[in-house]
Amino acid sequence: MTCTLRALLGATALSAIGGIAAAETLTIATVNNGDMIRMQGLTEDFTAKTGHEVEWVTLEENVLRQRVTTDISTKGGQFDIMTIGMYETPIWGAQDWLVPLDDLSAEYDVDDILPAMRGGLSVDGTLYAAPFYGESSMVMYRTDLMEAAGMEMPEAPTWDEIKAAAEAMTDKDNEVYGICLRGKAGWGENMAFLTAMSNSFGARWFDEDWNPQFDSEAWKTTLDFYLDLMNNYGPPGAANNGFNENLALFQQGKCGMWIDATVAASFVTNPNDSTVADQVGFALAPDTGKGPRGNWLWAWALAIPAGSQKVDAAKEFIEWATSKEYIELVAENEGWANVPPGARTSLYENPEYQKVPFAKMTLDSINSANPTQPTVDPVPYVGVQFAAIPEFAGFATQVGQEFSAALAGQQSADDALAKAQDLVNEEMEAAGYK
Amino acid sequence: MATQHSRAAARLMNAPAVFVLLVWMLIPLCMTIYFSFMDYRPLRGVADCCVGFENYERFVTSSSFLSSVGTTLLMVGGILAITVIGGVLLALLLDQPIWGQGIVRILVIAPFFVMPTVSALVWKNMFMNPVNGLFAYLWKFFGATPIDWLSELPLFSIIWIVSWQWLPFATLILLTAVQSLSSEQLEAAEMDGASALSRFYYIILPHLGRAITVVILIQTIFLLSIFAEIFVTTNGAFGTRTLTYLVYQRVLESQNIGLGSAGGILAVILANIVAIFLMRIVGKNLDN
Amino acid sequence: MARAVTTQRKIVATAAAWIIGLAIFFPILWTVLTSFKTEAQAIADPPVWFGFDWTLENYSVVQERSNYFRFLMNSVIIAVGSTVLGLLIAIPSAWSMAFVPGKRTKDVLMWMLSTKMLPAVGVLFPIVLIARFLDLYDTHILLIVVLMLMNLPIIIWMLYTYFKEIPVDILEAARMDGASLRSEIIYVLTPMALPGIASTMLLNIILAWNEAFWTLNLTTTKAAPLTAFIASYSSPEGLFYAKLSAASTMAIAPILIMGWFSQKQLVRGLTFGAVK
Repeated sequence: MTCTLRALLGATALSAIGGIAAAETLTIATVNNGDMIRMQGLTEDFTAKTGHEVEWVTLEENVLRQRVTTDISTKGGQFDIMTIGMYETPIWGAQDWLVPLDDLSAEYDVDDILPAMRGGLSVDGTLYAAPFYGESSMVMYRTDLMEAAGMEMPEAPTWDEIKAAAEAMTDKDNEVYGICLRGKAGWGENMAFLTAMSNSFGARWFDEDWNPQFDSEAWKTTLDFYLDLMNNYGPPGAANNGFNENLALFQQGKCGMWIDATVAASFVTNPNDSTVADQVGFALAPDTGKGPRGNWLWAWALAIPAGSQKVDAAKEFIEWATSKEYIELVAENEGWANVPPGARTSLYENPEYQKVPFAKMTLDSINSANPTQPTVDPVPYVGVQFAAIPEFAGFATQVGQEFSAALAGQQSADDALAKAQDLVNEEMEAAGYK
Repeated sequence: MATQHSRAAARLMNAPAVFVLLVWMLIPLCMTIYFSFMDYRPLRGVADCCVGFENYERFVTSSSFLSSVGTTLLMVGGILAITVIGGVLLALLLDQPIWGQGIVRILVIAPFFVMPTVSALVWKNMFMNPVNGLFAYLWKFFGATPIDWLSELPLFSIIWIVSWQWLPFATLILLTAVQSLSSEQLEAAEMDGASALSRFYYIILPHLGRAITVVILIQTIFLLSIFAEIFVTTNGAFGTRTLTYLVYQRVLESQNIGLGSAGGILAVILANIVAIFLMRIVGKNLDN
Repeated sequence: MARAVTTQRKIVATAAAWIIGLAIFFPILWTVLTSFKTEAQAIADPPVWFGFDWTLENYSVVQERSNYFRFLMNSVIIAVGSTVLGLLIAIPSAWSMAFVPGKRTKDVLMWMLSTKMLPAVGVLFPIVLIARFLDLYDTHILLIVVLMLMNLPIIIWMLYTYFKEIPVDILEAARMDGASLRSEIIYVLTPMALPGIASTMLLNIILAWNEAFWTLNLTTTKAAPLTAFIASYSSPEGLFYAKLSAASTMAIAPILIMGWFSQKQLVRGLTFGAVK
């Protein structure tokens, strides 16, 4: 009896020791973007290498954010790895809600991660999330339409040049609109674009004492310019256009220019989906000569919530999914144009990848964004197209709804700005910033 | 003796239901009330008790509160109007002798089985999308400019989607009521030369009164908490933010649990005011 | 003469009923049709009706991306489980209130209904914290209990109004004959109450199947039902109508088929005491 018991105990102890290296099942929450779905398809490679199984929870972006935020703020502990963005990482990292990724293996080569990405995903120099892919924004334009208009797109255009080009390309009778921009309300939709755009006009969300700045001249100029562009040269119903809608319009040849995420480049140049695949040119996002350009910086990154029981296995997965080898694996299976872009320096040094037409412009755009000094005047927050404070997503979406309503013609630009100023003021007072 | 015995038994039989509902109501409700007096913002690591009625004051005085109450009433009222009027007409039609009654009835009740998320996704993408939606093709076919439903007529679009889901429910209940109407009474009225309209107004409608109040009560309970349809379609933009959605934005988007909880409590109070009003009417009917 | 009028009227009524019925059903039909198209055909201008190359590709893509049957099983377990548990608690309760009404019965009934007024989003945090405290997150039992509680007032009310229709005289006659409470329930009440219970059960299964807030927020993988399955098919990049349609069809087909087969049962009891 005692013998059996001892044997049993021994076996348990053994298996406990073995458990460190034993196979685990990781639960990973992720967004349903093309790159992530591709990763799910390649999970077998990870399981074959490490023995760990993976359970995917794939959700649409809004649902995902709702789920993981609730989980992290109630310490629900449901996920071993979460897919989060450049907005959440610094906030959660500073709260010690994420496991620091400071002991990744040497072959992972953490210094290879693009400096802008690494900076945006770190708190005080400690990396809290590893970028799966990164993006900035840039101008995509129709070379054939520009040629027909007798114009040439500079590599680094100004907003006035963009406006002139939009005017020249617009041909409403044939459903060609000079410029397509985001109008759908949301902090990650129209506000991502407008905030980045406002930086190039010298506007900012807050001054150094956290006073909202929507009553400033710079914001008025930004919004007026945007509304003027869209009302004269934009497509109908633009107030409901987000990334997807504009992508469809551009692919159908209905947009002369489109200023949006760099990852869109691989979609608009893909001849299977795009009717204008071989007539697309790229340029840096516009500026007004004040210094900053109107481009953003974003990354979808993998992070481990503090309290996870499977930190080691989770780190193994993160190393696998954001490694150079994973990029090669995708290139082998799907071609170089489909690898997750914007995360690693070595990718842009790869001669194979340099052949991809939009590679250089993507890298230049990413490098020209600076999350710590996004605009002309100094700001108290970090982030290019957002301010990395917990309240931002909430009130920026409400501001986005006001601006979207202005685009839909339901109110004037001045009314929208005044309402934005009031509601952000209200939120900031309530949040105790002042 | 027997009555007392059965009374005790009855109380015992009712006890589990009363108990679980009491627990279900009290525990979350008490926690929510407690949170509503706290400055509770987990994302900033703040959880201070107590701030008095500050959350309530802020929720009520914020510019979005009154408009969200108005939107809620408009939305619920609109859906009720469409489903009740449509339901009465449809019930009268289905009560007629027609060929293939069973199949038609199946077609009509089908939307009730569709998940709210699915129906919102299908309507939003495949019908109301201004570029690829079926309505856009229809409009273009007739030479009109396609309407961007969700930004031009957002409230109407959501009312439309939800009405589609709830019309079968109203129709079914009203149909059973119509069928219980004695045909002799109607025939007698017809003999007397009463027009179809006056027959409807003086005989059918009063008969349906009770069924209509039941439909309104049950639907109101469900409609006050509409969420998925707004979340999927407009995300609360363009004046479609109901009280429930405002609470959601405070709790989850702004991660201000204290403020959101205060909103939740206010929503409960307002919902109960509406409910008490409705229940008075139905309660009277239950007596008869 | 009268006959001719009736036939004419029947034709008109039939035509109107069929047109309206098809119009109401059309969105579902269109979704099912689209699920068999390629992505390009799904947004073809003008729309294609039946003359396309029917393909099962979308279904295999969806199945490859997410394990449909696991979501389906979870939906079945949660919907059926919460319904059975709900009936176990509701039947005695409704029975006692219908046959031994007290002064407070109506107030109790109304109070029960008012517990449904709590907006789910408002109590999300308390419930999540309780679930974590009891270590029940992402389990079937949690979802079964929560959905049961959500729908319990409706079940009790439906059963109550149904039981009230049963003539009390019969019960008294049985009692006179010396039937015990137990045999009263088994031999007299049950056969008469069965249709009402059946339709209550069906309605509750439908409500539980379609509940999309708690099922999404209280599950991760092990207990995630079809509402979580559908949450990964909206608005990714590029074309997605056909795949969305396939996923939608898979999510609603089981409950739709069940509903159609049992619609007579459902209709019979779905009155909430509205008919007198």
